[in-house]
Amino acid sequence: MNERPDVVSLQKISKEFGRGEVVALSGIDLNVRPGEFVSLIGPSGCGKSTLLRIIGDLIAPSAGEVVVNGKSAHQARLDRDYGIVFQDAVLYDWRTVAKNISLPLEMLGWDRRRRAERVRELVELVELGGFERHHPWQLSGGMQQRVSIARALSFEPSLLLMDEPFGALDEMTRERLNMELLRIWEASGSTVVFVTHSISEAVFLSTRVVVMSPRPGRITGILEIDLPQPRNADTREQPRFFELVTQVRDTLRAGGADSADIPEEELIAAEEGL
Amino acid sequence: MSTAVVQPVPRGSLTRMVGRRARDWAPAVVVFALGIGAWEGLVRALGIERFLLPPLSDIVQTFWEQRETFVDAGLFTFKEALGGFLIGSGAAIVCALLLARWRALGGALMPYAIAANAVPIIAFAPITNNWFGILSPASKMAIAAVICFFPVMVNTLRGLTSVRPESIELMRSYAAGDVEIFRRVRIPNSLPYVFTGLKVATVLAMIAAIVGDYFGGSQEALGILIRRSAGIFAFDQAWAAILVASVLGILFYAAVALVERLAMSWHPSMRGARAE
Repeated sequence: MNERPDVVSLQKISKEFGRGEVVALSGIDLNVRPGEFVSLIGPSGCGKSTLLRIIGDLIAPSAGEVVVNGKSAHQARLDRDYGIVFQDAVLYDWRTVAKNISLPLEMLGWDRRRRAERVRELVELVELGGFERHHPWQLSGGMQQRVSIARALSFEPSLLLMDEPFGALDEMTRERLNMELLRIWEASGSTVVFVTHSISEAVFLSTRVVVMSPRPGRITGILEIDLPQPRNADTREQPRFFELVTQVRDTLRAGGADSADIPEEELIAAEEGL
Repeated sequence: MSTAVVQPVPRGSLTRMVGRRARDWAPAVVVFALGIGAWEGLVRALGIERFLLPPLSDIVQTFWEQRETFVDAGLFTFKEALGGFLIGSGAAIVCALLLARWRALGGALMPYAIAANAVPIIAFAPITNNWFGILSPASKMAIAAVICFFPVMVNTLRGLTSVRPESIELMRSYAAGDVEIFRRVRIPNSLPYVFTGLKVATVLAMIAAIVGDYFGGSQEALGILIRRSAGIFAFDQAWAAILVASVLGILFYAAVALVERLAMSWHPSMRGARAE
């Protein structure tokens, strides 16, 4: 397994917004191995969403090197090496569930029959059978997010980038989708980089948790999560689970986990000129 | 007055659907009937002078007796309005696409567009009469086109640019270029805004064409007919012409609303409540 090159390799990444007024990230080194589930956790303003976008070549780092699947992040984006899921499902209202899922496939030039076949598999995978012809606004938040995940998986990218995908959902829906995500991750064998601010979610899902601190955003600790696979409802009851949760919390505190002043989304939007 | 308890009608059977439709429309129909009744009744009961407000029945009768004249005049002016609407809205949509694509251009031009939007364009009607010929429909089309331009342009531009950042990020994650982002995200996203602009423009186009006629035009034009009738105290004729203008305006608006419905059948506002 260690023969294969890292899926993501970050070296000395830093990011400044504006004219150096806000240092969002500083000296980030991180390698993600194939098949890993890595969570980035930290208080708002620690640059975790920014880091995810740098991996996805949606914003450029101020300094440092990003390598994805052995090539530049830019080339990896052009090669559609990753699928991305945001906090909001970001579904297109004018497309049905099936057409939202098949959007990337359309853009890849798949023919109609192949798309329909793939959509059928995915709808089954995310358990949305019967809703193919619904429009996004007819679905609950949890269902919308499952569509978004199916869309990200549709073209079988080797890397899945997830930016607080369950952050806007209620606790029960979130836990159910956590289970589903793990099932999908195991079935697809892809690599996941997952941004969250929920400690228990990070511990439950991940093989490694990367703890970040704000202003400037930097990595203050990386914890191996040695809970047995596959994870299930009992995982959350194990003493080891609680130990790890405590460890993550202590690492967050040690890093000075007070929240920052400027919302990160605003900085990102300004940077991308959106 | 009996009090009816309105039960929610389940989807499904056609008769029930029709029943629900009828119930939805009933209040509006009642108001319409009451309005007509009040007009007719009050005008007669209070003995209002005919030159102030003729009874509705007289207006309808006048219309019917000279229906060909009225319909021809209405269509003549409607064509002026429609021509201006198509030219103005078309140009507006093209401009909005260019401004959305090249933001710097938008930054340079938008202040002037907004300033121009505040200009009472109808004031230029005598000038366009001078430019395009007082009898030519082109002079009215020109004024209608300019009036239609701004609401359509401003709304379309807003629709093209008010896209959630993540929508664009998602497209970029699929390596989409600008053209593809326009085609797949910005343009569909703009449709509700575009139609809002177009619906406003239908009303403005009719106003522009009729008021344009007031400043002089072909003897066949509706605005001329209204002005001439009022000038010779034939107020029932003037009112009949106004009725024609109103009906055409409403039909014009409804036609665009229908296209909107067809083009945006996906939109929540075009459906009932959430289907859960």
